[in-house]
Amino acid sequence: MPDSLTLSVNGAPITVPAGATVSAAIALAGVTLYRRSVTGEPRAPLCGMGICFECSVTIDGRAHCRSCQVVCQPGMEVRTDA
Amino acid sequence: MPDRDYDVVVIGAGPAGLAAACRAAESGRRVALLDDNPHPGGQIWRAAAGKPPKEAARWLAAAERHAVEFIPGACVFDVPEPRRIAVEMFDAECRLGYGSLILATGARERFLPFPGWTLPNVVGAGGLQALAKSGLPVAGKRIVIAGSGPLLLAVARYLRTHGAQVPLVAEQAPLSALLRFGVQLARHPAKLLQAMAFFGSRYLTSCWPVSAQGSERLESVTLRRGARTWTEPCDYLACGFGLIPNLELAELVGCRTWEGGVHVDEYQQTSVEGVYAVGEATGIGGVELSIVEGEIAGYAAGGNTARATALFPARQQHRRFAAALDTAFALRDELRTLPQPGTLVCRCEDVAMERVRACASWREAKLHTRCGMGPCQGRVCGGAIEFLLGWQTESVRPPVFPARIGSIAH
Repeated sequence: MPDSLTLSVNGAPITVPAGATVSAAIALAGVTLYRRSVTGEPRAPLCGMGICFECSVTIDGRAHCRSCQVVCQPGMEVRTDA
Repeated sequence: MPDRDYDVVVIGAGPAGLAAACRAAESGRRVALLDDNPHPGGQIWRAAAGKPPKEAARWLAAAERHAVEFIPGACVFDVPEPRRIAVEMFDAECRLGYGSLILATGARERFLPFPGWTLPNVVGAGGLQALAKSGLPVAGKRIVIAGSGPLLLAVARYLRTHGAQVPLVAEQAPLSALLRFGVQLARHPAKLLQAMAFFGSRYLTSCWPVSAQGSERLESVTLRRGARTWTEPCDYLACGFGLIPNLELAELVGCRTWEGGVHVDEYQQTSVEGVYAVGEATGIGGVELSIVEGEIAGYAAGGNTARATALFPARQQHRRFAAALDTAFALRDELRTLPQPGTLVCRCEDVAMERVRACASWREAKLHTRCGMGPCQGRVCGGAIEFLLGWQTESVRPPVFPARIGSIAH
């Protein structure tokens, strides 16, 4: 298995260590806002273990994915809220 | 993934679930071990960069040797009929049948609301450790750790080892309670070693966060200790107030709960025949207790009652430790005054404390404010409200996790 892989976060390529989760890739890309709450507040991971849904993002077009529970794959396209 | 049947299905691949799966498989049963996470190990044995810690290696090797079938990234969201569970993966769904079910669903952190707790970079204590293990960079970051419990020290040690600055650890419990606990620890040498491995950062007892500040993300945290209140600049606040068992699946199956955990008999069997519960789901007790409970249930589900019975004395010893832990880190009353009227309690539906307080019960709060009705289904705000207002959450309903229509219709 290669040591690293490249995916995109909000259209920008980012190289991450193999085994990293999408949550980690977003942080490595320098993005701190993962989603906006129902009243528009900025939010980011809270529990880190799949419970809270605060790290939900769009992965390969699929909305509401818990980024902490998904391992990065080469070429994956990740979108956070702006 | 096709529908399948197993003699034993274990839900949760932490220490308790791994031990249960190994002992059941070793007794000749066909075993599936499911976990919502991408790797086995649960929270305490979470793999770092895809590599499990050495404590887990023995159990992972045994699971492989006994042909335990590990199904990662598997979210169990319903029990549509007796002895059958509904499972969703990232790009698949299936139904799995079982003869015996072992619930090793573990625990989550208890979060308490205070002004600013919803800002990006205010994270759980175990939560930040989990994120760091899965690749989130912490080197060079300034991280304040706060809340309660022995986990705070383990997290401080982990983060410092990985290059973070940890200026202080704020433990809400008083020193007197911790000293009494220290005496108990002396009877548990492995635990004492864990506690002693922590040096360096300031460890402040009777100290807790009162607010977090920042615009689009955290910039500082304000802490209180006695009459003193001060502000610490930081990149992250890692904050958790102890652990609470994950009971949703047990409740969905119909298992009786008691004093905040799943009620079990001496073989770890719940009030539902053929359904066992092990580890933190039966009450917070730590990794050694989790393993021995898992072994007992695994042997019992494998029909190997003599082996199960032989482990009862070990379990009893670890239970005494769990009771001491509970007393030492009891949450203080002052923490109930942390949320201000406008502080959000439910982060999914953005419901403020004043709106929840205006209701008479959890049920009324759900109906009138949508508190607890978002994607987390009360897993975060339920633990807070239980402590703040004394309300018990009630009546889980399927799906216990948000699931795709296709998975539900499967």
